Amino acid sequence: MSDSIVVAPILIPLLTAIAGSLGWGRARFQCTIGVAGALALLVAAVALFVRVHDTGVLAIQVGNWPAPYGITLVADLLSALMLVVTAVVGLAVAAYATTEIDDRSLAAGFFPFFHVLLLGVCGAFLTGDLFNLYVWFEVMLLASFVLLASGGGRRALTSSVTYVTLNLLASVFFLTAVGVLYGEVGSLNLADLAGKLRTPGALEASRPVAMLLLVAFGIKAGLFPVFFWLPASYPTAGFAVSALFAGLLTKVGVYALIRVFTLLFPLSETGLAPLFLAVAAATMASGVLAAASQGHVRRILSFHIVSQIGYMMMGLALATPLALASAIFYVLHHIVTKTNLFLVSGLIERAGGGEELARLGGFGARRAGLAVLFAIPALSLAGMPPLSGFFAKLFLIRAALDVEAFVSVAVALGVGLLTLFSMTKIWNQAFWKPAPEAHGAQPRSLRGAAVGASAALAVVTVALGLGAEALWSVSQSAAQQLLDPSDYLRTVLESRP
Amino acid sequence: MTVVIACAVGVVYAVSLLLLLRGSLWQLLLGLALLSHGANLLIFAGGGLVLGSPPLVAEGAVGPMAGSVDPLPQALILTAIVIAFAVLAFALVLGLCAGEAGGTDDLEPYGGERG
Repeated sequence: MSDSIVVAPILIPLLTAIAGSLGWGRARFQCTIGVAGALALLVAAVALFVRVHDTGVLAIQVGNWPAPYGITLVADLLSALMLVVTAVVGLAVAAYATTEIDDRSLAAGFFPFFHVLLLGVCGAFLTGDLFNLYVWFEVMLLASFVLLASGGGRRALTSSVTYVTLNLLASVFFLTAVGVLYGEVGSLNLADLAGKLRTPGALEASRPVAMLLLVAFGIKAGLFPVFFWLPASYPTAGFAVSALFAGLLTKVGVYALIRVFTLLFPLSETGLAPLFLAVAAATMASGVLAAASQGHVRRILSFHIVSQIGYMMMGLALATPLALASAIFYVLHHIVTKTNLFLVSGLIERAGGGEELARLGGFGARRAGLAVLFAIPALSLAGMPPLSGFFAKLFLIRAALDVEAFVSVAVALGVGLLTLFSMTKIWNQAFWKPAPEAHGAQPRSLRGAAVGASAALAVVTVALGLGAEALWSVSQSAAQQLLDPSDYLRTVLESRP
Repeated sequence: MTVVIACAVGVVYAVSLLLLLRGSLWQLLLGLALLSHGANLLIFAGGGLVLGSPPLVAEGAVGPMAGSVDPLPQALILTAIVIAFAVLAFALVLGLCAGEAGGTDDLEPYGGERG
């Protein structure tokens, strides 16, 4: 019975969304419910993490059917860590949205859809079943469609056609893989599948399924060469929405890749590692090079999401315990940092009246606080010590040197340098150079809740850097669970309703 | 029988991908609608095709009769159909709004942000 805490991160956003939609059209009520729900989710996620950390993998069978027939929810360390960081950025974005989302969007149900999105994300992290993962993906996608299309006016409406099409295509790839896998192996429960795929010949026969899943999750995660929907759509959404997307959506794809290619198709046994390494390098390089040519704050940041996904993919591709742990560390660091950069880009737009770098300037003197808020996540993203991004890159590169993947190390270091170049470009243009001639758009003052949310995430980034050792040891335990899933398998297959 | 269904799946996938690539907003939406049907048909065929043996549990037995069809793919398809229906309903409304905002059926202006 005490294991039912596993359900809490799914129930809380669901109930919050329902409660929010009862007060449809009442902006203040929506804000209160929205932030309270995000806070409750954080409490539940931390409680779940503590339980999993102390006692090991937790699993329950919803609906009283034993595995592999029932609906399985599992929380191992990776899931629990992802839930905690999801709840942290969820709370920050909810607080930010209370002042930055206009009343019309609030009345149109921003917060209920926001929580449905969190519901889909949390469900995807907790499910122990491939088909349910598909269902959670769809929950998340449908909410993201609405948030994207409704928030940003005409441009967001037209660009969301790209987003919707590519994501639906990825879903169909996923569903096709599910169908073929069920036909071949006769199960969809992850733990059950892991056992059945270990029989001789099963992995070779299922390689087409592995490739389909790679393409499906690759589109969602924004891997080379299927990331083009991402920079086309994110910069057109509202700031709070794009921050939430930037932090969470692609990382659900990365989580699915990590889960499937450790539990079902371990890279060391399928021979896909060289392909993964090549995709990782191409993703890192193409993202950062495309960003270098942009002159619009959120377009630069969107291309950097792509290049950062490459680092996580590199950790997964190397598939050693150290590399996997650094990939997990990287995901956690990246979610916090990237969300914050998008929040700060909203503050920059507000303070400067636009997002085109050519039109911004002079914040360094006029808005020193804003400069600090930008500098912390930007330097962390580029990998400056002592911030979290430095340790993420350090661990990853050390893991790559251990297995002598020198090409990947060279690409990773080069991309790190170019990331610093991009961040310096925003810094020089928006903060350092003198303000350009007036261009019509009036700068507006910043509001407390928005600044507070961004500052809180900056504190988390610094804390992750200073407390890197603790997080690193948890990441290593999580990687250990992934590489030796015996605890996971036993807990799922033996847990009774 | 399986061969016929497999060919049908292939044809549905091919037609819907062709529609997606035509560069027209409405054909894109039609392609998306058709594509999910292809996937559903594939799951149906993947679960194994058995004629005339529904998965009924005889009185006093604990499981369905031997040789009967696997009911799980049908449950999966039912779920997938419901999801696809909801998503399609949204995509149609979005297509309608985006078509009004963009003012053309040609997909070229819908690319969003360009670098």
